[in-house]
Amino acid sequence: MKLTSHPDGAGGLSVHVEGDLTIYEAAETRASLLALVDDARAVELDLADVGDIDSAGLQLLLATARTLGGRLSLVGASAAVTEAIGLLGLGRHLPIADAA
Amino acid sequence: MSIEQALQTFTAECRELLHEMEDALLGGCKGDMSADSINAVFRAAHTIKGSAGLFGLDHIVGFTHIAESVLDIVRAGQRAFTPELVELMLACRDHMAHLVDAVAAGQLDEDPQLTAAGMPLRQRLEAWLGVAPAAAAATAPVARSAAKPDGDGHWHISLRFKAEVLRNGMDPMSFLRYLATLGTVVHVAPVLDALPALDALDAEACYLGLELALRSDAGRDAIEGAFEFVRDDCRLRIVAPGSPPAAYRALADEFPEDRDAMMCLLRECGSWPAEDTVIDAAVAPCADLAVEAEAVDSARPRERRAQEKNSVRVDADKLDHLINLVGELIVATAGANLAARRAQNVELQEYGATLNSLVEDVRNSALQLRMVKIGSTFTRFKRVVHDVARDLGKDIELAIDGEDTELDKTVVEKIADPLTHLVRNAIDHGIEPAALRRERGKPAHGTIWLNAYHDSGTVVIEVGDDGGGLQRERLLAKAIERGIVEEGRHLSDAEVYALIFEPGFSTAEQVTNLSGRGVGMDVVKRNITALRGTIQIDSTPGVGTTMRVRLPLTLAIIDGFQVAVGGSVFVVPLEMVEECVEFRNDDGHDYTNLRGTVLPFIRLRELFALDGAASSRQSLVVVRYAGQRAGLVVDGLLGESQTVIKPLGKVFRHMRCISGSSILGSGDVALILDVPSLIHQAAGDHARLTQPSTSAFA
Repeated sequence: MKLTSHPDGAGGLSVHVEGDLTIYEAAETRASLLALVDDARAVELDLADVGDIDSAGLQLLLATARTLGGRLSLVGASAAVTEAIGLLGLGRHLPIADAA
Repeated sequence: MSIEQALQTFTAECRELLHEMEDALLGGCKGDMSADSINAVFRAAHTIKGSAGLFGLDHIVGFTHIAESVLDIVRAGQRAFTPELVELMLACRDHMAHLVDAVAAGQLDEDPQLTAAGMPLRQRLEAWLGVAPAAAAATAPVARSAAKPDGDGHWHISLRFKAEVLRNGMDPMSFLRYLATLGTVVHVAPVLDALPALDALDAEACYLGLELALRSDAGRDAIEGAFEFVRDDCRLRIVAPGSPPAAYRALADEFPEDRDAMMCLLRECGSWPAEDTVIDAAVAPCADLAVEAEAVDSARPRERRAQEKNSVRVDADKLDHLINLVGELIVATAGANLAARRAQNVELQEYGATLNSLVEDVRNSALQLRMVKIGSTFTRFKRVVHDVARDLGKDIELAIDGEDTELDKTVVEKIADPLTHLVRNAIDHGIEPAALRRERGKPAHGTIWLNAYHDSGTVVIEVGDDGGGLQRERLLAKAIERGIVEEGRHLSDAEVYALIFEPGFSTAEQVTNLSGRGVGMDVVKRNITALRGTIQIDSTPGVGTTMRVRLPLTLAIIDGFQVAVGGSVFVVPLEMVEECVEFRNDDGHDYTNLRGTVLPFIRLRELFALDGAASSRQSLVVVRYAGQRAGLVVDGLLGESQTVIKPLGKVFRHMRCISGSSILGSGDVALILDVPSLIHQAAGDHARLTQPSTSAFA
């Protein structure tokens, strides 16, 4: 799992997630995400290059959404992410915007 | 529990289920399959399919599913469980066992070779599915609906996972995937109330809950089975199709704080009944249903916990390690006791004695841990007998006795192969064809029996048959022809029978695919010898043959009896010591008169070429093995001691009359005497000595 972030020019942060989001990386991912959501910026997570994702990974996304409220947006889900969200019926909780 | 451990549990459970399945099938192979047996077979296949699904082992699910479908037809009474189907199911069971073995060996993906091997079975199963008679098919829906809850197949499942689920290697997503194989997941509503914000989140804990609607015509057992592996790690409620509205209300009532939210979720799933029916619902059934829901939740875990209490699965390596440590402990205690005696400290010696008896108890219980009953090995032969007898077209019954006899797990594992060989051999060579049997006035069906019992520190396993018996003359003729025995030499019955263990020796006139190639019996003998065991044959022409395998109870630690010869200490296994008497060397003979019977003896000093003159008071240790006795002449008796057996190095492998070594408390090495070969030698010497004298008299 690798997070690469760069300012999106509008005061927000655009974060590209690469690799797996599973229980094995969960603790590490949580720490990385916490570091990002420190300040009150809007965050855009790009999930197009996420490999495996399990319930632990989804929980992290859900917790991030809960922390940031409306300031989190998700773009470009990989096939694994789309399937996982569909399986757990999380479409409403984790809406994916089309990749910009 | 990690995923590896979960997989281990899975393979262990599968093996147990496959075993039950085999038992049930073999019980029914005579053509009278009871409903219980059919259910047992079905349940085994079904549970394996369910568990395999949880681990995403799709190839196992795929194969087992077809077998299960066939079994389902039989269970519904549409087809009879014919002997052909029993054979097919046995073959399927074997294939499933191979698939599970592959998983146990770490191969989680499909093995193309195994799949190819399973193809013919698949086709045969599909043929069974395809030819379900039309008349029966017409009655099928009736049978199905009787077995299944009525209604539209709308199940509501409510799940609240406990925090440890993810850490235990389970993922709620896998249950959903599995449920999708049972029917259609109509709607999933996640319950996220417990989920904290990121800073308070334990990334590896599970906070999820699910309310879901499943449209399926599977039974409650099947759906509950999906959650088999998380039953203790989640709160599961299942509301069956056609349940009265009160059932749903009871479910919502279980969440007093979130009752309204729950009702929303139920409505979302399409499970919540129309409002007026809920209001109309009586209160009494509601209480009943709550009880029923509770039963699903708590009864199963309690039952499981009761089972877990009865036994604990322990890694064999851990046990071996424990036994090794106990071995070291025994050696260390012996050293401490010796030091205490030297220091002449009475108090220390007393503590030493207490310690000694405790260590002995620890040793016994540690060894007991490795003891297993031979019964499960014996029952395995039901299958061998069934298969071999069918291949040869013989009607054979297997009688089993002494299943409760215990022996070391390592021994049990290693003895299974040689025993299989003996059993096959008995069926093939021992039991005569039915026609010949009738001619000889015997019942047409032959009998093979397996028996086990304890005898002076050894375990005896007998493989017997009521067949034709070994033909002494033919064996002898063959041996002379092969140059194994010189012509005109006189051999005892036992020596002639032992010829069948010679490499490349077979008297079978026609080679079957089972035996007769002369390969095998020598391997059997070698394997048994490697276990420090012996094999003995009793045979009566026309009545039958009994092969008697004698094995040591354990391979690790024994009770020993120490004797001294010159400056050396030898250990005799205590169970084989019968008595010790004073030795009076009246003449130069190698036998003596022990209360009126002839007892051959061996002077250990001469046998091992030890220096030093014999002490003035020598003793005779009478040892016994497999019904034979011999005496050992020693200088001194040192008494009993626990002996940790250390194998001899390769250099000494060919030494006769020594079976191992042990370390004494003083740090010296004592050799353990190989009593069976000593007795053999004594008997042989005795025979050679007495034979010329008898001929001189003649």
